[in-house]
Amino acid sequence: MALNLKKWFNIRESLQMLTDADSSSDRYRLFQRNIRVLMIVLTIIPLSMMALINYHQYQSSLKQEMINPTKLLVSKTRHSFEFFLNERQSLIKSIAHFYSLNDLCDEKKLNHILFTLKKEFIGFVDLGLINESDGTQMCYVGPYNLLGKNYANQDWFQEVTLKGTYITDVFMGYRKFPHIAIAVQRLEANGESWILRTTIDTTMFDNLIAAMGLDAESDAFILNKEGIFQTNSRLYGKVLEQCPLKIPAGGHATYVDEQKDPGGNDVFLAYTHLTYPEYTLVIVKPKSTVLKTWYALKSDLFLVFLVSSVLIVIVVFRLTGIMMNRIREADQRRELAFRELQHSHKLSSIGRLAAGVAHEVNNPLAIINEKAGLIKDLVKYTPDFDQKEKFLNLLESILKSVSRCKTITHRLLGFAKRMEIEVENLDLNELMQEVLGFLEREALYRNIEITLDLAKDLPRIDSDRGQLQQVFLNILNNAMAAVEDEGRIVITTWEKDPDTVAASIEDDGCGMSEETSRYIFEPFFTTKKEQGTGLGLSITYGIVKKLGGNIDVESRENQGTKFTVYLSKKSK
Amino acid sequence: MLQLKVLLVDDEQEFVTTLAERLELRGMHVEIAMDGEMALSIIETDPPQVVVLDVMMPGLSGMEVLERIKAIDPKIQVILLSGHGATKDGIKGMQLGAFDYLIKPVDIDELIEKLNETAKNVV
Repeated sequence: MALNLKKWFNIRESLQMLTDADSSSDRYRLFQRNIRVLMIVLTIIPLSMMALINYHQYQSSLKQEMINPTKLLVSKTRHSFEFFLNERQSLIKSIAHFYSLNDLCDEKKLNHILFTLKKEFIGFVDLGLINESDGTQMCYVGPYNLLGKNYANQDWFQEVTLKGTYITDVFMGYRKFPHIAIAVQRLEANGESWILRTTIDTTMFDNLIAAMGLDAESDAFILNKEGIFQTNSRLYGKVLEQCPLKIPAGGHATYVDEQKDPGGNDVFLAYTHLTYPEYTLVIVKPKSTVLKTWYALKSDLFLVFLVSSVLIVIVVFRLTGIMMNRIREADQRRELAFRELQHSHKLSSIGRLAAGVAHEVNNPLAIINEKAGLIKDLVKYTPDFDQKEKFLNLLESILKSVSRCKTITHRLLGFAKRMEIEVENLDLNELMQEVLGFLEREALYRNIEITLDLAKDLPRIDSDRGQLQQVFLNILNNAMAAVEDEGRIVITTWEKDPDTVAASIEDDGCGMSEETSRYIFEPFFTTKKEQGTGLGLSITYGIVKKLGGNIDVESRENQGTKFTVYLSKKSK
Repeated sequence: MLQLKVLLVDDEQEFVTTLAERLELRGMHVEIAMDGEMALSIIETDPPQVVVLDVMMPGLSGMEVLERIKAIDPKIQVILLSGHGATKDGIKGMQLGAFDYLIKPVDIDELIEKLNETAKNVV
């Protein structure tokens, strides 16, 4: 895999592959893919990293911003609770100190005190005086008949005798309302001690929690140190039930925790432990509410990331597409130029070789031709002798072979000659007439009608006279070969456009099939069997191309053929 | 029929002598020259009706000889012979007044035909 990746991203290698002579489309695809992947990776990675960093930074700062108000609220409410409880504890303590046992044992007085307390402060339900030595209620004012009740075995009684003051957890009073009790011990100078106890309605707890002004999804409640609800929770249970959330124990600062509640929702907890009594104030907020802004920002962030990524991918694809096309075009041009250069080099060396060979062979060939011809003549003029006929046949076949060799050497010479170009300013009409001069006699003998339809004022062109003669001679020779005796050949010239002149040679000869016309310009393609070398039209085509022109052929079997040559006015 | 008087000019002796013999077999009067100078001196002294002239020769080239022949007597017909089929040479030759242009190795019947055509022209 690592190796594979390395190979993928090895741009140098990819480029090398491109410069290799064989530039198949596979290589381009591979290169394009590599470039695309590389560009996308190089752009998406920083983008992703930026997005991730932003994500985390926003997340942490927003979280703080979301959580801090809640923490503040918790701490404020905690102070309210502490104030509420301390105030009541202090009141009871003050009463215990300011009044004597006798005063408090007076039910009327105690009633008056309770009345005043109830009038001035919220929550006071009753007042009772308890003998510390046996735990019996000596005096009681309030809604219940609790006089003489013994508290000796209750926890709070033990605690208050030890600590001097005590605030109980919430308990259900006789009226089935949650209450807390505050008890204060008073030690007399004579060593006697008694306890003043009051019950306080915890409706105020609910009021304090309501005053926090929490939204509908949030919850706040008080727990005792065992995790029992001291107030009703909107979401997690009624007073005196066990709280399903685990609140870690700890100091008196405000803490934040994240949990999954029993309903499976992600929640934020902000909580604090009261100094005294050991209550815990808890605010629960669903994470979704707390992080609403964050979620909105997150989706914005994601959208921006997504749009940028898509844009990057599109741009990368477009760019690489354009780039690859440019590279491919440049390569194709280069390859074409290279191939043409190679081809012309090849042709010119073949041409030189061909010319040399043909020329050297041609002279001895001419001698063989004449010698064999002379022998034939002599044999012919000699009176009949043994095997005369055979001699004549043998000589005839020598002459035929010479003739074949001659065709080949002539073609080779023709092939060689098209390598050199000598440009001169010439008149195509004039050139046509010259070429026709070669064929007029044959046309005359065969009674072939040659019609000239030459454009007047045909612009002169810069081209190679000899080569063009060869071209039209070749085409005309083909036309002559195609037509029957008394056939018709039409030669037309015209100005095709301001840069181009054209000449067409049309015959009403045998024509050729579509299949044949597709191959006629290929070297060594011939329909003349042993008579042709298959080079004529290929040479013609090569010359026209070399002169910067073009050649077209239209043909229908048994109807005729039309060759059209287009030549640019200026030489290339 | 009038016996045609032909001068063959070619530097290749084997070729020229054999061709001369063949033409003579066909009833023509044939002279031989191995180069341009020789040809011109023959033309000066005993002008033929037709000259069959090789284009590529050492010394005077065929084209030069052609020009001189035409200068001496435009009525003398010239058939050019070339070892290589340069159309350009042919056209140039024709422009200089050559009757026709043939490529080696030459077909004897074709040559005879051309010679006979020139004969008609001469007459």
